[in-house]
Amino acid sequence: MRFILKTRYEQDLRLFRDGTVAGWYAVLALALLAAPFVLPEYYTTQLVFIFIWGIVGFGLMLLAGFTGQISLGHAAFLAIGAYAEAILQARGWPFFASAPIAIALSACAGVVIGLPALRLTGIYLAIATLAFGFIVEEVLARWESVTAGNSGMMVPPLRLFLEPLGSQTAFYFVCLVAIAGTALLVRNLLRSPTGRAFIAIRDSEISAQSMGVNLARYKTMSFGISAGITGLAGALYAHQIRFISPEQFTIFLSIEFLMMIVIGGMGSLHGAVLGAVFIVMLPELIAVAKDWLPQVIAEQTGLKGTIFGLCVILFVLFEPMGLYGRWVKVRTWFSLFPLYKAGLFKRQKSYQKSERLR
Amino acid sequence: MELLQLVISGVAMGCIYALIALGFVLIYKATEVVNFAQGDLMMLGAFVAFTFASIWQLPFALAVVFAILVLAAVGAVFDRLLLRPLIGQPPFSAVMVTIAAGFVARGVATMVPGWGTDTHALKAPWSEGVLRLGGVVIAHDDIAIIVLTALLCVLLYFFFRRTRIGIAMQASSQNQLAAYYMGIPVRRVHTLIWAIAAGIAAFAAVLLAPITFVHSNMGFIGIKAFPAAVVGGFGSIPGAIAGGLIIGLVEAFAGFYLPEGFKNVAAYVVVLLVLMIRPSGLFAEMRRKKV
Amino acid sequence: MEGALLQVEQLSKSFGGLRAVDEVSFSVREGEVYTIIGPNGAGKTTIFNLVSLLFAPTAGRIIFRGEDLTRLAPDRVAGRGIGRTFQNIELFEHATVLQNLLIGRHARAQTSLLAELLFLPSVRRREVEHRRKVEEVIEFLDLQRYRDSMVGGLAYGVRKVVELARALCAEPTLLLLDEPSSGLNVEETDDMAFWIEDIRKELGMTVLMVEHDMSLVSRVSDRVLAVNQGRVLAEGTPAQVQSHPDVIAAYLGGATP
Repeated sequence: MRFILKTRYEQDLRLFRDGTVAGWYAVLALALLAAPFVLPEYYTTQLVFIFIWGIVGFGLMLLAGFTGQISLGHAAFLAIGAYAEAILQARGWPFFASAPIAIALSACAGVVIGLPALRLTGIYLAIATLAFGFIVEEVLARWESVTAGNSGMMVPPLRLFLEPLGSQTAFYFVCLVAIAGTALLVRNLLRSPTGRAFIAIRDSEISAQSMGVNLARYKTMSFGISAGITGLAGALYAHQIRFISPEQFTIFLSIEFLMMIVIGGMGSLHGAVLGAVFIVMLPELIAVAKDWLPQVIAEQTGLKGTIFGLCVILFVLFEPMGLYGRWVKVRTWFSLFPLYKAGLFKRQKSYQKSERLR
Repeated sequence: MELLQLVISGVAMGCIYALIALGFVLIYKATEVVNFAQGDLMMLGAFVAFTFASIWQLPFALAVVFAILVLAAVGAVFDRLLLRPLIGQPPFSAVMVTIAAGFVARGVATMVPGWGTDTHALKAPWSEGVLRLGGVVIAHDDIAIIVLTALLCVLLYFFFRRTRIGIAMQASSQNQLAAYYMGIPVRRVHTLIWAIAAGIAAFAAVLLAPITFVHSNMGFIGIKAFPAAVVGGFGSIPGAIAGGLIIGLVEAFAGFYLPEGFKNVAAYVVVLLVLMIRPSGLFAEMRRKKV
Repeated sequence: MEGALLQVEQLSKSFGGLRAVDEVSFSVREGEVYTIIGPNGAGKTTIFNLVSLLFAPTAGRIIFRGEDLTRLAPDRVAGRGIGRTFQNIELFEHATVLQNLLIGRHARAQTSLLAELLFLPSVRRREVEHRRKVEEVIEFLDLQRYRDSMVGGLAYGVRKVVELARALCAEPTLLLLDEPSSGLNVEETDDMAFWIEDIRKELGMTVLMVEHDMSLVSRVSDRVLAVNQGRVLAEGTPAQVQSHPDVIAAYLGGATP
């Protein structure tokens, strides 16, 4: 058992709980910096996808996990970021100009859907975001003069300044910086009054108001920031896959994002990243497992969706705190050994009481 | 005359949306869970009916009845196995389970021999026929949908108004703990509602299949039924029906009068407009948290 | 009344056809403990919800420190110096006690999105300051043990205290306590009584509360208002009100509406 002696309030504000945790993150950072030079290019690409989906995870986690606003239309923000980036870079804009525009456009879209969403809760909010996602997808398909419609757009290689990036490795580092930066920004937000206001809105809107939290302002802010972050991921996504078309950004992608953060662990930033790892590793694991499965099942195209769905169900039923929750429990078991109690993380049962009057 | 045909096909499609929306609302009213897999239940119902009717060559009526029963069993088992353990947890968990179940259902449907990723035909005995009234041509399929949906609604109305189930259903959704104390077998009520909703999905499947054919992405229509349920007000059964009809009609007219692409998003534009004016749908459920 | 901290004039609230609060008027002097009592369903919590502007009054005025607050939005009330607790505990269940209390300080927090994203030194300084203030409240109410516990897992009595602490964190001038002793056992009620007295004496806050427990009411209140069916029955010291015939009749039945 390790006890952390705190002598100053600043210690609670630090990014890393103590030296040991900071040490582990340093090791992780070194590993990630070394990865493209050590691993084959395939794994570098997988890491890039983890970074991109991780950024999406941060965005969606901020909105759904921390502010409690469920969004079924997040693929739309990814799409807006992707298309904005593709269009501007095709015109020769450098990344340092095109990315902020992509982020800003997505953030504006987030505010646009956030405003009517102010009066909506629960299923109504979810369906409104779903509707928004569909409309954006259709607009992208129809607005052929700008987006080339359903035939899709080629995306040029990332241009940071004027020259295109030479290699996948350089792009890897851009993505690494992006996710690290996003993580830092969101972490900062969450240890500030704004982040706490988000949590307040999630847990009890009424008492949040009584504490002085303006619901409209913070909900809109959450939508905007979440959408902007997802837009950044979209911009990177566009460069990674080199070709974008409206049918890549469907409701099913939005739902996959939601399932991703549920598996990762709602309400924690670590969960966002772990969910991204899961979603990237799943096809790999299936490919490996295919050797073991009977021919009939292994051949199927529907296998990935089925297993993804099964995993979500298993997690919700047996490990609602997600991958991160399981990690915390394992870690606690080791650190408290042999005093770990099974009921340490027991969920409180709350019986459903409808707020409907009719 | 074209107007009338447009209206009829709009109403027919609206009836399908209404049936699926009805399934949502029934489950929601009883359990406060939104069943994102309703469309996929419908898809399974279509495949099951197809199996009975075309592969096993049973008479159509029998195939339909069996499909409804099988789906009711599926719905009941689903609730019993996956949702009952989640009673006492926030509804979001159950919603995620239904979303995931939809994924699983779609995946499994492609893996069943005989189903797969192909599109299959499932024709009702009345399909392929048209009725000519004056200058209007109405497909038998559309008539069947409208008439049978209306019949089902009447049936359901009597079932819920005249039986204790309806009251038990409402009690258990409004205050679970109190319903338990009053001796209402809350969990069994839930399972029954799921069985009914799944049966309705199978019913809708059989009506829809002649038009859209049977394939594993058929449940996609279920997503369009959400705007229907929301437009009518998610907690209201007549609202679900009204919402379905509205969406069906708007789509039909959008497809005819507006440029291409509007038909796909008509439902979603409508739902956003309605929600902006009435945040809880047309037949709004009133919500107020008592503090 | 001159110099009153809070003045409520002809306050009314109708829900559809039901007149929950009917032309209630009273005023609360600075530094006093003012209690509203009445049988169940009398409209006490509704009055509370009106004064904290969670509901908008159908008629009447609410004047606080000379300012008419009647049309104010609910989230601006805390900034004006009115804090409240909730009858059924509305804490942020998935956060720690410390986070709940820090949120309680939101009305006193200046927020700037950009500064917070970058966690500038000014933000850091303010955070430490908030933490210092919150720790004073934790010290005041003896919540040190629960600082980092998730609220959702705490016992009812502790949650009530956290609810009180959270309201105190905003340093309100007027504290609204909605049934502070409901659900508490005798010892906990005793503690609550001491705290209410301390709040008045040491922190200098004015307290407006709704309460059922008559011994608590007599012990801490300066003045009492009795309501029934949305209307005022009597006002005065605890002894005066408790011996008022209308009040007795309302509690025991047989009161003329």
